[in-house]
Amino acid sequence: MSLLGFCQWLEKTSWSIALHESLWVYPIVESVHVLTLCLFVGVAVMLDLRLLGVTLRRVPMSQLFPQLQPWLVAGFALMVVSGGLLFYAIPVRTYLNIFFRIKVVLLLLAGLNAWIFHRRVYRRVAEWDLDERPPKGARRAAWVSLALWACIITAGRMIAYNWFDAPGVH
Amino acid sequence: MLLPFFEWCESTAVGEAIRNSLWLFPVIESFHLLALALIGGAVLLLDLRLLGIGMRRQEVARLARDTYPWLARGLSVMILTGILLFCSEAIKCYYSSAFWTKMFALAPALLFTFTIRRAVARASGGRLLPVWQKLTGLVSLSLWTIVGASGRWIGFSG
Repeated sequence: MSLLGFCQWLEKTSWSIALHESLWVYPIVESVHVLTLCLFVGVAVMLDLRLLGVTLRRVPMSQLFPQLQPWLVAGFALMVVSGGLLFYAIPVRTYLNIFFRIKVVLLLLAGLNAWIFHRRVYRRVAEWDLDERPPKGARRAAWVSLALWACIITAGRMIAYNWFDAPGVH
Repeated sequence: MLLPFFEWCESTAVGEAIRNSLWLFPVIESFHLLALALIGGAVLLLDLRLLGIGMRRQEVARLARDTYPWLARGLSVMILTGILLFCSEAIKCYYSSAFWTKMFALAPALLFTFTIRRAVARASGGRLLPVWQKLTGLVSLSLWTIVGASGRWIGFSG
């Protein structure tokens, strides 16, 4: 089955229709998705700002990260669940939406950036833990992260607009 | 009584320009959301600490000193973009209960954040019972959640 075929099948399931047509549940799920920005992206941004050396300078990275990790994970889980439900409610239109596709690519890049940071830079955190201005690799990862999340939020917001939708898709 | 003011806001050149553009409203809205993430992070770090459920190895007063500047930066972007969005649909806002809920939560949220919450964070470290810190974190989180949720709801209303 193609991805589009899968989305078309998904769209006909009764729970998808129920969610799409619900008066309250869909807006509530969407609000949860938006407000979780504060938790997930908010915490990630504060970590990035620490890596840039512009806040929490006296806090060692190896102390800051473990304290924030549970909240980051919780925020990520909420994002994935609420975002998955939003997709589930409107699969075909979302799948065909250019901003959704851009967002998916950017999310993968953000994941890759975080993975590289942990493999290459954070692994040697002992060497720069107390630096008020962490090394170049850390600062680069922080800038890339900030830029990607800004684009992801923008692309996500744009999914709601249907300027580029194929005719007949709603 | 306020309606003429809202009508005037909507008739301003700025309001009209945003309303007549396909791109401006969503783009300004995106900046509004970027600032939301920043404010969220800055507020949460200290509130989690005040509640005693996160950042526990950090000293409250120090954490407050580190996060307040970023909170202020986030808020200035938020208020600027918020005013622009408001001007483009002021009359809709006038009739939106979500808008009024947001405004009536925003005023105490701002006031609380820059008076009591700041004072409690500064006074931490002995003089204050932990229960007051917890209460402060709870009030702050609750107020900002109402502001955020009702803000999102403006888009669903009307």
